[in-house]
Amino acid sequence: MSELLINDISMRFDLPNGTSIQALKNVSLDIKTGELLSVLGPSGCGKTTLLNIVAGFLAPSEGSIVLNDKVVLGPGAERGMVFQQGALFEWMSVRENVSFGPDMKGISRKESSENVEHLLDVVGLQDFKEKAVYELSGGMQQRVALARCLANDPDVILMDEPLGALDALTREKMQSLVLDLWKETGKTIILITHSVEEALLLGERLLVMAPRPGRVHKEYRLPFADLGVGNDLREVKKHPDYSNTREEILEMIWNMEEEIMGRTDESA
Amino acid sequence: MTGLLVLALYLGVFFGAKVILSRLFSGAFAPRGFNKIKTVTFGDESAVNGNRMASVISVLTIFWIWVAFTNSVIPLPKMPGPFAGETSFTYTATQEDGTTDDATVSILVYREDIQLTVDEAGVAGKQPEVPEVDAGDGFAKNDTLTAARYGFEVINVWKNDEVSKKEGSRITAINGQTIEPGGSVKTSAGRIGLTDKGTPTFAPSPGLRMPRLYLPAPEIVMDRFLRLNAEGYQGFTLWEHTWTSLRRVLIGFVLGALIGIPIGYAMGLTNWSRGWFDPIVEFMRPVPPLALIPLMIIWFGIGEQSKVILLFLAALWIMIIAARSGVSGVAITKVHAAYSLGASKWQILRKVIVPNSLPEIFTGARVAMGVCWGTVVAAELVAAEVGLGKMIVAASRFQLTDIVIIGIILIGIIGFLIDVGVRALETWLVPWKGKV
Repeated sequence: MSELLINDISMRFDLPNGTSIQALKNVSLDIKTGELLSVLGPSGCGKTTLLNIVAGFLAPSEGSIVLNDKVVLGPGAERGMVFQQGALFEWMSVRENVSFGPDMKGISRKESSENVEHLLDVVGLQDFKEKAVYELSGGMQQRVALARCLANDPDVILMDEPLGALDALTREKMQSLVLDLWKETGKTIILITHSVEEALLLGERLLVMAPRPGRVHKEYRLPFADLGVGNDLREVKKHPDYSNTREEILEMIWNMEEEIMGRTDESA
Repeated sequence: MTGLLVLALYLGVFFGAKVILSRLFSGAFAPRGFNKIKTVTFGDESAVNGNRMASVISVLTIFWIWVAFTNSVIPLPKMPGPFAGETSFTYTATQEDGTTDDATVSILVYREDIQLTVDEAGVAGKQPEVPEVDAGDGFAKNDTLTAARYGFEVINVWKNDEVSKKEGSRITAINGQTIEPGGSVKTSAGRIGLTDKGTPTFAPSPGLRMPRLYLPAPEIVMDRFLRLNAEGYQGFTLWEHTWTSLRRVLIGFVLGALIGIPIGYAMGLTNWSRGWFDPIVEFMRPVPPLALIPLMIIWFGIGEQSKVILLFLAALWIMIIAARSGVSGVAITKVHAAYSLGASKWQILRKVIVPNSLPEIFTGARVAMGVCWGTVVAAELVAAEVGLGKMIVAASRFQLTDIVIIGIILIGIIGFLIDVGVRALETWLVPWKGKV
C-alpha cells in the first residue's frame, strides 16, 4: 500500500531584508494509492512550492512528507516529475530520453526496451523515437516527458502544469491521454494547474488553495475524471454538475484575487 | 592624400557598382522566395541575405586597388605611374659680372627595383651607366645624371664647369624660368629645385603608385610566394613556419581546455572551488596574454616551452569561464528531472551538465582559438626561431614587404580556417544549439 502523507507542512522563505514570506501554512493531506489529485489556486498560493517539497527539491520549514512509511529527504526515482517544459534532454533522441530512468539504474537497454517500446506506443511516438526532441512539437515533447516519467515506474507522478504551454486543441488531447494513462497504470498523480477546467476534468479529488499564507481552502470529490476515461471530454463537460462546480470555483478564486488586490492597495 | 583618393575610389565603386548592376541585372536584385511577398524588408533582418555579386566585386575591388596603386604588370586601369626614362632640363648660370650661360642636364631615370627584377635568362638587372653627352660651349657645361624612380638627387652642376660656386657662379633660371634658392620648377618628369645654398636638385615625379618597397604588386607577391614555397625562408620551409605556429596554438589550446574545463565545472558545481578559483580567474582574465610575453621569455626563454605556456595561459581563463557559464546555463528543471529519474550526482554531471554546457564550451573554444592564434603571432614577433610571426618580422627587417604581405594573408586564411573548423565541429557535436 503506497500512501503519500503530507504532514502539517509549513514553508517560510526568509528574505535578505529580514522579512519572510509564509508560502505554506499547516498543509496536511492524505493521498491514497491511485488517486488523481488536482491542485488549483491563484498565483502565489504555494502550489508549486508544495509540489517541490513532495518531489524533495525543497525541505519544508516544518512538517514532513512520508511515502510508503519512509520520510522524504530528497528527490528520488519513486516520485517522478513532469515539468511544464524544457526538462527534456535535447542531446538525446526521443527513445534515449524515455529510457533515461532505466539507464541510470543500470538496467541494460535490452531488458528495458520492451517497456520503453510499449510506452512509446502508448503515447503515440513510435514513429518518432529516433528523432531529436527539439524536432518535435510542444505536445509531442510533453508526451515524451510523460513516457520518460512512466518508464521509471514511479509510485507517484508529480505534474507541474504539464499542459500549461500547449495550445487548446493539443491540450484537450493530452488531457485524455493523462486520464487514460492514469487508468491504465493506476499511479498516484498530483497535478498542479492554472486551468479550472483542467482541474475539474482531471481531478478525481480537487484541492483549491488560497494564498498568503498558502493553505488548503476547499476540497472537492468529483466524478468527471472517471467519466472522462476513454470518453470524449466535451461530453463530460455537458454533465449538469460540471458548469455549476466550475462557476463556484471560479467565483472562489476570483474573490481570492480581489482580496489580494485589496490588501496590496492598503499596504501601498 | 593618396589615402583619401583610395577611399574616394572605393566608395565610388561601392555605390557605382550597385547602381550599374541593379540596372543591368534587375532580376538578381529582386527579393527571392518568401521575401517576394514581404512588404517590409527594411528592418527585417531575416529578409537580408548577402548579395553574392557584391561579395565578388568587393574582393575584386580590393585586388584592383592593389593593382592600380602599384607598378603592376597586370593589365587593369592604373593610377599615373612614376616617371621613368630620359629627360632633361636647362639651367642658366650667372656669374658675378652678369654674364650668363645655358647648359643642359640629361637625366636617365631607371626603375628603383632594377636589381630585384630578373630577366628571362635569370640575370638580375643592373643600374644603368651614366650616359655620355657633348659638353657644349660656354662656361657652363652640359651634365648627365642617373636617378632612381621615387628618388632624389642633388646635382653638382659645377663639377665640369669653368667657374665654380665659390667663384660666384649662381643658377638663376631653370628651363628659362627664373628661380631663387629654395624654389622649384615642376616639369612633366619631376621637380627641379634649388637648395637653400643654390645647388640644383632633381626628384623624378612619383605619380600615385606605391614603390615596391612599400607595396609590391600582386604578381611580385605571387612570385615570392612560389619561391618561398620552393625555397623556404631563413632555413625553414613555408610549411614549417605555418605548421610550427599552428602546432603551438593547438598544444596550448588543448592544454588550456584540458585543465580549464574541469576547473570551470568545479567552479560551477562547488562553493569551495568557486571561492578558491574566483580571485585568480577574475584577476588573470583581464590581463592580455601579450603582456605575459616578456615574463614568459624571462622564465622559459624563447623556445617552444615559453610559447606553449603562454598560449596555455591565453586559453585557460577563457575555457574556465566558458565551462563555468556552461554549468550555470543548465536549466534547473533538467537537473531536477534527472534527479527525479534516479540519476546520481556523477550521472548528472556526465549525462546532463556536460552535454548541456557544450554550446558554451564551443563558443569559448572559438574565442580561445582566435586569441591563441593572435597571441602566437605576437609572441613570434617578439622572439622565435621559426613561425609565421617570426617570418614576418625577419622579412620586415630586410624590407621584404612581399614576404610580410604573404605572412599576413596566411595568418588570415589560417585564422579563418580554424574558426570554420571549430564551427563545423560544433554543428556536428551540438546539433541542438539555438533550437531549444
